[in-house]
Amino acid sequence: MSFLDLDEWLFELAQHIDLVYSPLADVKEYPEHVDVALVEGAVANEDNLRLIRQVRERTRILIAFGDCAVTGNVTALRNPLGDPAPLLHAIYVERADVGSCMPHTPGIIPPLLDRVQPVHKVVPVDVYLPGCPPPASRIRALLEQTLAGGAIHLAGRDMIKFG
Amino acid sequence: MDISELLAIAEHENALRRPIGIRCCTALGCQSAGALSLKQRLEEAVAEVDRTDIEVIGVGCMGLCGHGPLVQVDPHGVLYEHVRAADAPSIVAALDGGEATAPQGDPQHPFFTLQKRIVLENSGMIDPERIESYIAAGGYQALYHVLHDMTPAEVIDVVTRSGLRGRGGAGYPTGLKWATVAKSHGDRKYVVCNADEGDPGAFMDRSIIESDPHKVLEGMAIAAYAVGADQGYVYVRAEYPLAIQRLQRAIAQARRLGLLGAQIFDAGFTFRVDIRVGAGAFVCGEETALMASIEGRRGQPRPRPPYPAESGLWGRPTLINNVETFANIPPIIRNGAEWFAAIGAETSKGTKVFALTGKIRHTGLIEVPMGVTLRQIVEDMGGGVPEGRVKAVQTGGPSGGCIPAALLDTPVDYESLQRVGSIMGSGGMVVMDDATNMVDVAHFYMEFCKDESCGKCIPCRAGTAQMLHMLDLIRSGQATAADLAQLEQLCLMVKETSLCGLGQSAPNPVLSTMKYFREEYEALVRGERSEVRGQR
Amino acid sequence: MAARTFTINDQLISAREGETILQAAREHGISIPTLCHLDGVSSVGACRLCLVEIEGSRVLRPACVTPVVEEMIVRTDTERLREYRRMIIELLFAERNHVCAVCVANGHCELQDLAIAVGMDHVRFDYAFPRCDVDISHPLFGIDHNRCVLCTRCVRVCDEVEGVHTWDVAGRGADARVITDMRQPWGEARSCTSCGKCVLACPTGAIFRRGATVGEMERDRHKIAYIVAAREQRW
Repeated sequence: MSFLDLDEWLFELAQHIDLVYSPLADVKEYPEHVDVALVEGAVANEDNLRLIRQVRERTRILIAFGDCAVTGNVTALRNPLGDPAPLLHAIYVERADVGSCMPHTPGIIPPLLDRVQPVHKVVPVDVYLPGCPPPASRIRALLEQTLAGGAIHLAGRDMIKFG
Repeated sequence: MDISELLAIAEHENALRRPIGIRCCTALGCQSAGALSLKQRLEEAVAEVDRTDIEVIGVGCMGLCGHGPLVQVDPHGVLYEHVRAADAPSIVAALDGGEATAPQGDPQHPFFTLQKRIVLENSGMIDPERIESYIAAGGYQALYHVLHDMTPAEVIDVVTRSGLRGRGGAGYPTGLKWATVAKSHGDRKYVVCNADEGDPGAFMDRSIIESDPHKVLEGMAIAAYAVGADQGYVYVRAEYPLAIQRLQRAIAQARRLGLLGAQIFDAGFTFRVDIRVGAGAFVCGEETALMASIEGRRGQPRPRPPYPAESGLWGRPTLINNVETFANIPPIIRNGAEWFAAIGAETSKGTKVFALTGKIRHTGLIEVPMGVTLRQIVEDMGGGVPEGRVKAVQTGGPSGGCIPAALLDTPVDYESLQRVGSIMGSGGMVVMDDATNMVDVAHFYMEFCKDESCGKCIPCRAGTAQMLHMLDLIRSGQATAADLAQLEQLCLMVKETSLCGLGQSAPNPVLSTMKYFREEYEALVRGERSEVRGQR
Repeated sequence: MAARTFTINDQLISAREGETILQAAREHGISIPTLCHLDGVSSVGACRLCLVEIEGSRVLRPACVTPVVEEMIVRTDTERLREYRRMIIELLFAERNHVCAVCVANGHCELQDLAIAVGMDHVRFDYAFPRCDVDISHPLFGIDHNRCVLCTRCVRVCDEVEGVHTWDVAGRGADARVITDMRQPWGEARSCTSCGKCVLACPTGAIFRRGATVGEMERDRHKIAYIVAAREQRW
């Protein structure tokens, strides 16, 4: 949503890039030879893990985009509670109103990892963009630097404040 | 009490001695191996043969703790090792030409002959539970001499010229410390004996107190006179019940004879000593944390300066020395500064007591002149490792480092040990053989430091936890070369930014093993783990 | 009172005798990062963020407790200090569960500000994700140990300014926690006067007013120094 706050600048951006993959675009397979990936969210399940490895392999500049990708953030709040199995049990069995059962659909529901991890814990990350969410101005500054092609440097309250 | 009374006590005590003395070690190590029942059986055995020329004496540490319980028979010095209570009658019978069933030790072994006993001169010789035994060995004469024949400035001068340096680890010149406290202004001054010995594998201070508590008290009293203090504290850890008990007894005995308290030796000098028992925090061995603990506050260090010499207990000038430092004082006063300065190495005078442990044949307590090499200690005195080869020697506990076998010819003095990345420390010396993985060793010490960090400053509290975590990753094969570099960086940061010595030295075991045994870290990063590897 | 002149980062500075490097630096607009320091209460030199280099000194010294000495040459912003400060902040973020996005102090947090100041765009250390309690037994205030950095400002302000000493520290190392009374729930700590000075003093969202939601915990930390000054100078 914050990305959409870029408003009319999105049109300018569109002139410089090809959007080749996104959760909203109807692309099943992450393509080869991608220049830049903005990775949202932490690595929480096995699907995330498979995808992020593929993204890293096929992307030149990987940007951890937002607090969840950079720190785990809210999605990592389950980590202090330990193994996710008792949590799932509490939610889907003990507290369920109807049809109480542990979710188990191999191939469809990805199993949770023991711990939610920030992206850089799993694969090397090139650029970090904190923010929950990163405000549009921050995203724009990042993308302008990225399009310019030089080294990307983010500093100061406007660029790296968490939360 | 005056000198004639003191000498009379000594004379009386010596007159009580019998020609044959069976000395039985009753220090904690031998006690835990059954020395108390052994001593009782020895007494019974002597009574059974009905000989009045034999006496059984409970003494302090004889040194060869790994072979205890130890018994030595005077006047010929026959040494028995691993003595069981059942061996007692045969030891007494051996005096009449019988065969002792206990294995005989060799008092001429380098373990004993290479020692130079100053601090431990009475250890294993006198009965630590009787002040008369200490007085008979010349005890409290140095204190008398100081009070009657010397000014405080002269005492400090002797200590300064002796070249004695603090035995607690850092090696600060003792005379200089005394002079600073003496010059500091305060309506009251204190002397504190740091007996909060906490390094894994170290038991020098415990042994000294258990074996010769009065010597420490006498050293403290001399120090108090020199700096102008009237109150002393011995801060000893609760894990040393026997040391505490013997110290309590010694203080009570000294007070009864007027050797502590008001008007000592009628010289207008008052000095009282109280014991403060630590509740089990390693950090309380750090002097500012120790003082906070004595004052009844949470045992946490504070930034220095101000140093205790200027602002110590309750804001007053306070002299803090280690047990072994104080124990050196009476012999220095008795024999003179020149005598002491002639012993040891160029910048490190006198002797050092070490607790020799680990993979070594002869574990125990030794006192050697400064400047002997690690090789002499480990190979000659300690008899080397039982199986395989020496891989490294760890000195200085969790604050120290691992010295590889290739550097065994390093002399034991403050500067040399520091040059090879370790420290003298308080005197723990752990020998490792080639079956030891050095990353495991670093992990062990880091776990200790993490558990003992007080939590006050961030680098130590969070840094030790993080370093331990990274060592866990390395050991489980999940680390990368980049993680090694990061660990090294973190070590340097914690070393340079921590508030007190605990944090500042916590990275040392990691840094020194990384320096000398880096390939073991790298092997783990590559996913290899070989438990046994050869000597470098 | 005698004056002292010395140098910070090549700039000549005058200071009153007995002033610390930190005080003198701040008077001249030179910022040195701090976390455990709070105007109005004693300094403990615990966070190590204000460490500075002093020429001729082997070790780094905390600016908050190091008095100015004539002709001292101080550096507050070297490459080494910057790197160490960033590592210290990262260690804090890795040590507990600091989630700015859902924190009452978001936008008004000294830890968050320090992270920006040291250029922390991510944490290089692994997060510990410890399990920490939240105590909301007090009718007015709460403490979330997930956000506590153990600066002990609450302990000092309660002891030195309010004169109560409800707060203290229990446990060691990573297990250390600030506690109320003898580790009772805050609501049962009989010594607490509910004065709220600890709430004012807390640099993060650890101690908060109940009912505050994300980003709502603004506080005027200068009030502590104001109270102390008013008392000492008998306004």
